[in-house]
Amino acid sequence: MKTTLTTTTLGLILAAGAASAQELRFMCYQDGTECAAWASQMPAFEAENPGITVVVDEVPYQSIIESLPVQLEVGEGPDLARVTDYGGLARFMLDVRPYVSDPAAIEARYGQSLAWARVGDNNADGIYNIVDQLTATGGFANKTLFDQAGVEMPGPGATFAEWAEASRAVRDAVGVDFAMAIDRTGHRFAGPAMSYGAAYFDENGDPILVDDGFRSFAEQFVAWHEDGTLARDVWAGAGGGTYQDAAAEFINANLVMYYSGSWQIGRFGRDIGDAFDWVATGGICGPVACTGMPGGAGIVGFKQTEHPEAVGKLMEFMARDDVQAAVLAQTRNIPANSVLQEQGIEYQDVSDDVKAALTTFAASIPTFADSAYALQGYANNRAIYTATPARITQAIVGELSLDDALARLDADIAEAIAQ
Amino acid sequence: MLKTAAVQAYEGAFNLLERPMLALQKLFGQSRVAWVFLLPNLVIFGLFTFLPIILNFVFATTGGDRIILADRPFVGTEHFASLLDCESYFDPNSCHRDLFWRAVGNTGWFVLMQVGFMILFSLITALILNRDIVLRGFFRAVFFYPVLLSPVVVALIWKWILQRNGVLNAGLEGAGFGTINWLLEADWAFFWVVFVSIWCNMGFYVLILLAGLQSIPSDVYEAAEMDGTPRWRQLWRITLPLLMPTMLVVMVLSVIRAVQAFDEIYVLTGGGPGSATTLLIQYIYDVGFSTRPRLYGLAAAASLLMAGVLFVLTIIQLAATRKQSGDN
Repeated sequence: MKTTLTTTTLGLILAAGAASAQELRFMCYQDGTECAAWASQMPAFEAENPGITVVVDEVPYQSIIESLPVQLEVGEGPDLARVTDYGGLARFMLDVRPYVSDPAAIEARYGQSLAWARVGDNNADGIYNIVDQLTATGGFANKTLFDQAGVEMPGPGATFAEWAEASRAVRDAVGVDFAMAIDRTGHRFAGPAMSYGAAYFDENGDPILVDDGFRSFAEQFVAWHEDGTLARDVWAGAGGGTYQDAAAEFINANLVMYYSGSWQIGRFGRDIGDAFDWVATGGICGPVACTGMPGGAGIVGFKQTEHPEAVGKLMEFMARDDVQAAVLAQTRNIPANSVLQEQGIEYQDVSDDVKAALTTFAASIPTFADSAYALQGYANNRAIYTATPARITQAIVGELSLDDALARLDADIAEAIAQ
Repeated sequence: MLKTAAVQAYEGAFNLLERPMLALQKLFGQSRVAWVFLLPNLVIFGLFTFLPIILNFVFATTGGDRIILADRPFVGTEHFASLLDCESYFDPNSCHRDLFWRAVGNTGWFVLMQVGFMILFSLITALILNRDIVLRGFFRAVFFYPVLLSPVVVALIWKWILQRNGVLNAGLEGAGFGTINWLLEADWAFFWVVFVSIWCNMGFYVLILLAGLQSIPSDVYEAAEMDGTPRWRQLWRITLPLLMPTMLVVMVLSVIRAVQAFDEIYVLTGGGPGSATTLLIQYIYDVGFSTRPRLYGLAAAASLLMAGVLFVLTIIQLAATRKQSGDN
């Protein structure tokens, strides 16, 4: 009798232990220190939620883009991940609304970015993502090079053409390799294209790509590669839809003006230090508008998790003002949380360059065109982002005429949408 | 004494196995017991070779961007028709899948140049290393060393050499010459892709050819020397004919490896500029994994077409080998 009781008790204890021990795997990529910042918050979460442990697996961005969707497709993968492709991953995402204690608070703080994941068959009021890094595309200029060259830096509201002219003058005066560079992705191409009049969507909200505005910027873009204004190494230096940036050239003071985005601020602050002065230009204007592209990385849970409740708890924890503020202070990112946007973040150990850049980019986000927000929330936007560099590069290197490249681009996107 | 111990051990092992073997024979019959031994290998071969081939066929005949087969609609030969839809196969721009045909053209050129020059350079190197030269062992090691390196490491080293501010341009600039963007000009990028591929693979084929050269009996050369046959004639009439079976192996192996080239090129140029160095494997990778939506079916169809080409090459190799065996 005694033996039976002991065995039963032991069995119950083991069963209870197995039920309460929940390990969450969080797949994380970082532009700067995001994964380390989140990992530093996990002891607090685990202390508040005994029985739940979180393992932060840091991976390269390429793994998030290429490996994660395949894992999810076959029912594998982490419980949560830090992602940027909300449209592409939407069907795998877990709606944590049933598992959070105060969905209204999350809705009030993250309403705009929550909409990015409410696409396809996802619930219109679902809570799928907590954006921890709001981003904006825009420019950076090496102020020291402008000063050395004695060229006046274009001010707010300046156009791409004005920046191109000024950057060429600086390059020629000081003898650096590159005047301007734009990251090799359709995402970075989209902001300037919209500033040149590209609509991306028709009046019914259906996607269109190559219109007069898009063509206008594409022509200018190819011409700037031909005359050496834009660094040929970035777009012509790769094939297909491969992403490539020019951050290393900017950090090495070999580039006068760099069109990228706010996620580079932390890296520039860390890697440039006081080697030279740099400024953020925010969105740059074209003949039609002055818009960049909004975006952001966020944490999402996945449907295949065995612990949806624990995932909900963790995402609610991550959404909290104090936790977000602590993480953002370390990562030097722009908050998506509206309360923190109003309060401001006490960034740790940041230089004046970094502070000014964060302010400039944060201020530019509300000024972006509606079509930029529509493209960011569009489920097939990644098809546009990968097809654009593949085809435009063919025009840059002379494999296709620009007309043929744009026709192929239109066909590629139409096929992708039809899938 | 040692021999006796070995024999005893062998006999012990034999006795140990005798009973289970007899039991197996009794259970399955003498003629079928061989299948029992083949079974583990067949299972592994089936799981890791045949099953993926079958799955590839299934993916090639289904559409959509889902991996789970149940979610993929049957499309028959649609992907093959789409890949082969061309007005002229010599003008990629006239093809529905222009990038596929650019990759096919690039792969054809790459195989022709890489295999041709690699066999030539490997042969010359093997002939030199087969002679009684100073530091022969050292040079053999030097030529073989790149084979031991990871293709990614090789590509990164050459990228540092060839990039705009790389070692080669620094050297040219130092010597008073102009610099060239080696990896940004289509022709130069293609040249370097071929060059680097030869550089990192040549040692392997040099080793095979060296073995072939050393298997040629020396008395044939001695007889030729006694007859006063000049060196070049010995090479043409003795060395090359007797080396031909080895050359054939080298050719087939290098053609198959060249068709499958991917990693070092992907790291070195990313397939660019444009699609100047995009070969078939990279096209398959791009279509299947790096672009959106992921067209697994199209990638599978392209890989089956490529497998068909490799299959034909293998048949030619087998036929040539048989012919040579018959001639000998």
